[in-house]
Amino acid sequence: MLRYLLKRLIFMIPMLLGITLISFAVIHLAPGEPDVVGAEMNPKVTKQMREQIRSLYGLDKPIYVQYYMWLKRFVKLDFGTSFTPDRRPVIDKIKERLPITVSINLISMMLIFFIGIPIGVYCARYKDSIMDKAFTTFVFAGYAMPYFWLALLLMMFFGVYLELLPISGLKSFNYDELSIPLKLLDILKHLILPICVSAFGGLAGISRYMKNGLLEVLRQEYITTAYAKGLPEGIVLKKHALRNALLPVITILGFSVPGLIGGSVIFETIFAIPGMGQLFYMSVMARDYPTIMGILVMGAFLTLLGNLLADIFYAIADPRIRIG
Amino acid sequence: MTYKKLIIFFLFVTLLASCSTKKDTSHYDDPGKPAYGDTMVTASIGEASSLIPILASDSASHEIAGYIYNGLVKLDKNLNIIGDLAESWDISKDNLTFTFRLKKGVKWHDGKPFSAHDVMYTYKVIVDPKTPTPYSSDFKQVKEAKVLDDYTFQVKYNKPFAPSLISWGTSILPRHLLEGQDITKSPLIRKPIGTGPYMFKEWISGDRVVLVANDEYFEGRPYIARHVIKIIPDSATMFLELKNNAIDSMSLTPLQFTKQTNYPAFKREFNRFQYLSFSYVYFGYNLKHQFFKDKRVRQAISHAIDKKEIIDGILFGQGVEATGPYKPDMWVYNKNVKRYDYSNEKALGLLKEAGFERGQDNILQKEGKPFEFTILVNQGNDVRIRCAELIQQRLKDIGINVKIRVVEWASFINEFIDKRNFEAVILGWTISRSDPDIYDVWHSSKQGPKELNFMSFENKEVDELLVKARHTFDKNERKRYYDRIQEILAEEQPYTFLFIPYANLAIHKRFKGIEPAPAGIGYNIYKWYVPEEQRRYKSSATISP
Repeated sequence: MLRYLLKRLIFMIPMLLGITLISFAVIHLAPGEPDVVGAEMNPKVTKQMREQIRSLYGLDKPIYVQYYMWLKRFVKLDFGTSFTPDRRPVIDKIKERLPITVSINLISMMLIFFIGIPIGVYCARYKDSIMDKAFTTFVFAGYAMPYFWLALLLMMFFGVYLELLPISGLKSFNYDELSIPLKLLDILKHLILPICVSAFGGLAGISRYMKNGLLEVLRQEYITTAYAKGLPEGIVLKKHALRNALLPVITILGFSVPGLIGGSVIFETIFAIPGMGQLFYMSVMARDYPTIMGILVMGAFLTLLGNLLADIFYAIADPRIRIG
Repeated sequence: MTYKKLIIFFLFVTLLASCSTKKDTSHYDDPGKPAYGDTMVTASIGEASSLIPILASDSASHEIAGYIYNGLVKLDKNLNIIGDLAESWDISKDNLTFTFRLKKGVKWHDGKPFSAHDVMYTYKVIVDPKTPTPYSSDFKQVKEAKVLDDYTFQVKYNKPFAPSLISWGTSILPRHLLEGQDITKSPLIRKPIGTGPYMFKEWISGDRVVLVANDEYFEGRPYIARHVIKIIPDSATMFLELKNNAIDSMSLTPLQFTKQTNYPAFKREFNRFQYLSFSYVYFGYNLKHQFFKDKRVRQAISHAIDKKEIIDGILFGQGVEATGPYKPDMWVYNKNVKRYDYSNEKALGLLKEAGFERGQDNILQKEGKPFEFTILVNQGNDVRIRCAELIQQRLKDIGINVKIRVVEWASFINEFIDKRNFEAVILGWTISRSDPDIYDVWHSSKQGPKELNFMSFENKEVDELLVKARHTFDKNERKRYYDRIQEILAEEQPYTFLFIPYANLAIHKRFKGIEPAPAGIGYNIYKWYVPEEQRRYKSSATISP
């Protein structure tokens, strides 16, 4: 097992390198260059100044040299400084946004699992009942609905019409003057809409997986056996069926690890949440190469890690898959 | 649902409800007396990039920096140049030497005194080749800069250059905090220190910037005690926040201005302001194009485009027709230029003169070539895209076949504009508030890569006038040059100048003392006030005098 793990970890290195190489090339294929100082269509910027600024940022060198320079910094875990005028280290920019995105994603993922799995189980147990159909309609409505639209409607209803919830942002602007319980309440109120909206869209996947997995298991002979030896239904479902049906869910869990750091642009923009999605989008629009690369590398690393974790958990949950 | 759950749900809802704000709009019409206090919350679509303004080119950064810093000179509400940090100035007879006498007793926000050495530092850092700034070109004309004493600063130029006086409106930076450091890594980028009416308090990334009044401000303590600029990247969300009273001011789109805010409840709570924005939108031709080379073709298209329809249909009437590169309330504007009324007969007449004839399927053609072209528009600007659609329709009426292509901004510039790979575009220019110089857009020497005369406009007379005008200080003489330039541009129609949009703003009614002028409304922001009894944010006010 340990050797297998080590092997997998070592294999990750060339894979990661390959990913950075391809990412770097693809980013530079996009037309345009970082508009570092707003020189584009600016009458005040002469050609000379433009060249000067380009060389300050190393943009005048051939692309393979730029990649080599980036790689040299990267192996020392230095993501470089951003090309935006604030010239902050990329890692700082990511650091201040990561906790927000990760916590929102974690909460909404937990919500999805806690609501989605019971829905799946219920739908499998009472297959083709009216409630099954109602739940299915509900989760697919959530999946299909454009959530920027849903978000705006909810904002109008709860924010403008009922005046119950704040519309956007994470904290009220008098946050610093609030007492600690009120601070918590303030953040909670700000989070309700975004988390509900994002969870709503994710219910369909998990509940469907759960339902189909469970149905599959319920057809197995050992379930019939369990029923036959007179076990009560609750025990059959929970102890015998559910455990086995959870296997595919573990895979999904593993695959959602990289998703934790990725935010959705539209979603964050609508709710004015300063998360990773916005950072990535703005970096791409500004051709801020160091920041784009920083986020991509983290995403790639987490994807590889998520795959590995899924494999490991699989092995733990299902002895048949274990490798010597 | 059981009773217990119902009760919990009910409690939860009331708990939330108890925290919401209550509205009372009755007393906002009372102008009241100026008082110190309250907070103004505004919103910005984008986040500022750097609060050292010479390093930033985005409007979000400059808006915030405008509260924090001062220049030596500034523009008053009628766009005249007046002193800011400079008490007065002399310009030598040959227009080559400027001597600024600075205000005494001005202090930086950290308490250190301001002096001519700060001005000197600012000049030096702007022209330093290691400073990545788009604003150095005006200062590179300076031959010599000297500190005569702590409160006198002198610059000499090689040749008289009219826009140079207002270039000293650039934000003066604190030498004692920056000298000897790499400005691109200075902490002042995120924690600026200036001399302006507001002091920086905090910047929460992606969320907000908070400014507080500078009680020591040399033009008097600002009334509004705090200014919060929230970052709300989505304009629909911003609008909901405005209606919800979470922000106090926002600029409105034409649709929001004419339809969505035009009801009594909104008007009871908000004042709406309107002034001509400093920009115009144009339909530009590639003058190297075989058909557009001919002036008559361009004039014909100008006749065939219904500007009024564009303004009424797309801007809901929130704009005026443009006749040239300036707006009507500027001193340099020439109202007696040739205008092109909407007339298909005149358009067809001119096209016939230029040798076009109707072919089969009703398309005009010349020497067997059908009149077809593509309008290039950048993605994300709905107004321009819709303009293109209306123009397409109008030109189809006279037998010109138009296609529309929408392209993302970076490739729009790099792949099409820079490579001259376009036939016609719809774009806009900002009109400079400070100086009418338009050399960079219209002079024939400005056709190189990345330069702004990408239409390839060449006119000897315009070239000469542009050069003369920028080296002349006398306003009347300059006006004569620019009047003539506007006449030629109107005759030549290298662009069909489309419209100048209105800037529409909604500001909460409790803010008083706002007077729209040619300069907009922000010029006297430190004199805005909220009467004490109308104050909304009481706890946050600084201690009253």
